[in-house]
Amino acid sequence: MGEMTPEVAWAEAMKFENRPNPYRYFDELRKTPVVHVGDGLYVVTGYRELMALAHDPRISSDLRHKKARAAAKAGSGSESDPIEAYGQATSMITSDPPDHDKMRRQAMRHFGPPHTPDLIPSMEQGISQLCNELLDKAKGKTRIDVVDDYAYPVPVMVICKVLGVPIEDEPQFHAWIHDFMAGITDMGPDAATEAGKARRAKGEASSAAFIQYMTGLIQGYLKTPNDTMLSKMVNEKGPDGPMSPAEAVGNATLLLIAGHDSTVNTIAHCVLTALRNPGTVELLHRRPDLVPSAIEEVLRLESAVQFFPSRSALADIEIGGTVIPKGSPVHLMYGAANRDPKKFPNPNTFDPERRDNEHFGWGSGIHTCFGGPLARLEVNVALDTFVRRVENPRLVDDPPEYRRSNVFRGPRHLFIDFDGIRE
Amino acid sequence: MRLVVDLNRCQGYAQCVPLAPDVLRLNGEEALFYDPNPDDAQRLRVLRAAASCPVQAIMVDFKDKGRRTAS
Amino acid sequence: MSTSTLASDLVTSFKTTGRIVIVGASLAGLRAAEALRNEGFTGKLTLIGDEKQEPYDRPPLSKQVLKGWVPADHTLLPRSRDIDAEWRLGVAATGLDRKKKTVRLVTGEEVPFDRLLIATGVRSRPWFNKAEAELEGLFTIRTSDDAGRLQTALAAKPRRVLIIGAGFIGSEMASVCRELGLDVTVAERADAPLVGALGGVIGKVAAEMQRDHGVDLRTGVSVEKIEGDAAGHVRRARLSDGTTLDVDVVVASLGSIRNTEWLRDAGLATGFWGVACDAGCRAFDIHGVVTDNIFVAGDIARAPHVLYEYQFLSLEHWDNAVSGAAVAAHNMVSLEPDRKPHLPLPSFWSGQFGVNIKGVGVQSFGDQVVITQGSVKERRFAAAYGKRGRIVGAITFNHGKWLEYYGALIEKSAPFPPPPPGYDEPVDAKPVPAEFPDPRTPTALPTVVLTGYDPTDRAASFAGAQA
Repeated sequence: MGEMTPEVAWAEAMKFENRPNPYRYFDELRKTPVVHVGDGLYVVTGYRELMALAHDPRISSDLRHKKARAAAKAGSGSESDPIEAYGQATSMITSDPPDHDKMRRQAMRHFGPPHTPDLIPSMEQGISQLCNELLDKAKGKTRIDVVDDYAYPVPVMVICKVLGVPIEDEPQFHAWIHDFMAGITDMGPDAATEAGKARRAKGEASSAAFIQYMTGLIQGYLKTPNDTMLSKMVNEKGPDGPMSPAEAVGNATLLLIAGHDSTVNTIAHCVLTALRNPGTVELLHRRPDLVPSAIEEVLRLESAVQFFPSRSALADIEIGGTVIPKGSPVHLMYGAANRDPKKFPNPNTFDPERRDNEHFGWGSGIHTCFGGPLARLEVNVALDTFVRRVENPRLVDDPPEYRRSNVFRGPRHLFIDFDGIRE
Repeated sequence: MRLVVDLNRCQGYAQCVPLAPDVLRLNGEEALFYDPNPDDAQRLRVLRAAASCPVQAIMVDFKDKGRRTAS
Repeated sequence: MSTSTLASDLVTSFKTTGRIVIVGASLAGLRAAEALRNEGFTGKLTLIGDEKQEPYDRPPLSKQVLKGWVPADHTLLPRSRDIDAEWRLGVAATGLDRKKKTVRLVTGEEVPFDRLLIATGVRSRPWFNKAEAELEGLFTIRTSDDAGRLQTALAAKPRRVLIIGAGFIGSEMASVCRELGLDVTVAERADAPLVGALGGVIGKVAAEMQRDHGVDLRTGVSVEKIEGDAAGHVRRARLSDGTTLDVDVVVASLGSIRNTEWLRDAGLATGFWGVACDAGCRAFDIHGVVTDNIFVAGDIARAPHVLYEYQFLSLEHWDNAVSGAAVAAHNMVSLEPDRKPHLPLPSFWSGQFGVNIKGVGVQSFGDQVVITQGSVKERRFAAAYGKRGRIVGAITFNHGKWLEYYGALIEKSAPFPPPPPGYDEPVDAKPVPAEFPDPRTPTALPTVVLTGYDPTDRAASFAGAQA
């Protein structure tokens, strides 16, 4: 490959054409685990360094710090950070303690333990039923799109039910989310092209419409409460009180997107990875007890959220042989650090029984995935059901066509051929 | 079956608790209490919970993992 | 033949034909046995334990077992592999003959060894009044048998429980009592709970936590007399503040005694704080000369720690048992230069009153404390301890995700106070004296104690007046 500067390696890693495999460029970047890639941006691809920064209280997730910096640079002609559009509505992912902690508690109060320990477990039966119904629909066929025909419907149904978003409106917000992902979460050079700018404009318009929709939904719950999570969040009378409507819109948006997109990408990546590694489907069918660790290994290899571009340094931070200057944006590259050979022997090998698999597929530190347990339940059941019932699945294209986003990375379609669907 | 949680490693992410709710419970918002020797019927749930831990704090007996040796 | 070939032949030969005996079949003993097999030791392995149960985990005993959720005999430890060892459970070791290289058992048998691991841990300090200690309803808690009896007693809905000693275990038990809806009085000689381990500033927070949950906490108070009824059951306790309580259950949580009696005549550096060993887990003899074939791990060990000015650390911590056992096992089948040091960063946790308290480093080595993140009022915060401008320890209350950041600072002997966080700075972020008790004041023994420089030093400077 020859010598590659960090700037070039970063741009290559972010290019759409490299979406199926950005990892060789991450390896190149990782030669300097914390490195400046231009425009004041620092990118972290080393495991140890990422772990340290994800636990460092001088690293902020609050987009207002980034906005201030962008405003300061406004005169220099550089693009303001596209992810700002995402941050229009405050949510926990773009906040710091104490606000972050309070929002997360307010949301968790009606989602999981300690206050609501039974909600997620109670979803298992419905998830299983839906997975089976989707495979029943595939009987008599010999080809399906794992994304549209299997991976997509389950998380959507589940998150809409949990949050209290009407499933009938799904086609509408599906389109908005698609535009947002394609237009606003492409951090690479393709975004600067004419086509990229057009996608960006569409993404911003769709984001605005999406937020307006969610605002209406929340307003409705303030007037007419029910027993869904969103309604409870804004009508809460417990120790942290109700979440403000504005924050509820931001967090609801976050949870709907994450519950939609990242989970779908994970299920798709599980099938893709299994089929890329011959014998895996048979192994998981024979040894269903290996499914949970196989899923974590897929997340290590193909993290559904590759990074989340909200962070910045609030002080000079000495790390990885360099100093990140105060005010610098910092990207913690989960997908890249997950392949650090210093932590993971044979990092590019899929090992469903890998030991000490402390990967960053769900993030790290206080922002670790909020919906992780629910997502895992869905992926476990989906993968269990798939390996049990789909006979002789084979990939049609490898690599498949990928989505635009380099943040929320996943296949746009995943066509497989198969012999039949078992009972 | 047998498990032990390294509660020094545990940072209270609680990714595990909803996956094995009869075995793992939160006491307050962060402290984990658990049943170290639950019924074998909990095995798959405990394996899901153990896999979910970002810091791999849950150790399951090698026999309960279907292995011959080593965790 | 060069020394290095000789050494490597010795190691190979020992790994296949050596005999290792581990005295103490609890957490440290079990993990050492697993580690030995992982190291490729295929020789004869014997584990000797005075309790009849297979190795089991103790921390759940004061929490979910007492609560009644988990039976007392349901904390058996999982294993990472087959050990292929001879197990002698329910048999106490009564002596060690270093010349003959044998361990004597209570049965009179002598068990030979080439190398020995001492992992006999600690037992509960009994109530100091022997007659009162015989009363029904007066408990100490260390073993699963203890926990089973106490669990039954709590389930019988006693009128009031008296807990003597507000260290971590005593506080956890008080918390369980309140969760069970029981009236509980805690009597603590020092000014506050947890004060030996965490100092008075944090002790004050712990005291508020207890009182907010309805504990009748009496500090600066000792128990002068415990009275029973005609049937020999606890009924009343008289406190030094002049009050008398009607109590049906008394738990004495007064700290631990190291199980070194069986080593009395062995000529090792044993004392009040356990068996002194080097940082490679090899025991010192009584003269301070390191032995070759006797190793120590777990609660009974005390070893010099470079981060704490080479003072000997005696740790009653779960992870110290696990990591010490692994290092001891490795060193038992290695020679120079392959031996490793056991340099734990001391860590502990405690679940009480809905709060997860976690700690790293040696808080009591510090003389200043500063709240670094969060809110003490909400009981969600991080705090750091410093000595002479360096950070030596840290704790979190329901703020555990931040602890490893401070752990990294401690390992580097980073400056104290640490740099301010970028957000969530506490209302009062100034370092203040940590208010550790005068070592001459009697209090519950902290679980980490620095015990001087001399390996045979019996200086019980933290023991106070209690026997």
